[in-house]
Amino acid sequence: MKELSLHILDIMQNSIVAGATLVELDLAEDREEDVLTFSITDNGCGMSTEMVETVVNPFTTSRTTRKVGLGIPLLKAAAEQTGGGITLSSKLGEGTVITASFGYSHIDRQPLGNMAETMLGLITSYESVDFVYRHRVDTEEYALDTREMRQMLGEVSFAEPQVMLWLSEFLKENEAALYLVK
Amino acid sequence: MKTLADLEAIRKKTLEQVTLRKDEGGVRVVVGMATCGIAAGARPVMNAFMEEIAKRNLENVTVTQTGCIGMCRLEPIVEIIVPDKEKVTYVKLNPDKVAKIVNEHIVNGNPVAEYTIGAAE
Ligand SMILES: Nc1ncnc2c1ncn2[C@@H]1O[C@H](COP(=O)(O)OP(=O)(O)OP(=O)(O)O)[C@@H](O)[C@H]1O
Ligand SMILES: [Mg+2]
Repeated sequence: MKELSLHILDIMQNSIVAGATLVELDLAEDREEDVLTFSITDNGCGMSTEMVETVVNPFTTSRTTRKVGLGIPLLKAAAEQTGGGITLSSKLGEGTVITASFGYSHIDRQPLGNMAETMLGLITSYESVDFVYRHRVDTEEYALDTREMRQMLGEVSFAEPQVMLWLSEFLKENEAALYLVK
Repeated sequence: MKTLADLEAIRKKTLEQVTLRKDEGGVRVVVGMATCGIAAGARPVMNAFMEEIAKRNLENVTVTQTGCIGMCRLEPIVEIIVPDKEKVTYVKLNPDKVAKIVNEHIVNGNPVAEYTIGAAE
């Protein structure tokens, strides 16, 4: 993956495949402490202890279209090559939390990339899934909760062109504002 | 700066102007977004579809992403499903090919044969 935001998209896609109705993403960039971390929490089907133990190993997966799952092993490799790592905890029937940390200034850390595009596609694609997203850069922070947005929208869908355009601008503006303060 | 209050206005305007899109009856654009698709560049392809459709204000077309479509070497893969027509599968897409597909296939009803899975095999 060229960007961390693509890993994030990929891992959140796992939550959706697992049947989650709520997916929370917490993303924090602490430049002083030289660390970038994110955690993704879902209320999907969860995994057994066995599955959790083996899922970081590319030779185990429960999907049927192809034998090997790549998403989590790729994320793990990306984090470890910057001196960070991942943790995965899950409970069958309850949900899953995956966290990843990266050395912020490490030369092998991929750029975060386009978070606005990652969130836009997810939010507009899954009408029955809610998302909470928090992004912090040092002391600057913004957050969104699609449950609040849906309340404003009533029966109008996120897939409506005007809503899509609004959301795209909303995300771009808020992402950009995080980096304005030095 | 955009605020949530904008959504209230968009809601009103949308409800006045259009008949609400329904789950069935519209054109569906489905982008394969599993690891292999994402790594091959599916996200910008999806974004290009969304922008093109929003820009043209095409009602009753939805763009969504899905898990693996199962043909990793042909990613990014997009399926276009028009009611009462056979599903068309486009392969190895990039954002530059999107405007043509929207124009010729979604608006005018003629699939772009050169980008389809049939042409790739
Ligand atoms: N959030 C989750 N909830 C429940 N199960 C999960 C979750 N994330 C991953 N899994 C399980 O772990 C497996 C491996 O995930 P991974 O992302 O590595 O590969 P994949 O999704 O199977 O395939 P790929 O990501 O390569 O398209 C999944 O098939 C799924 O069974
Ligand atoms: Mg996956």
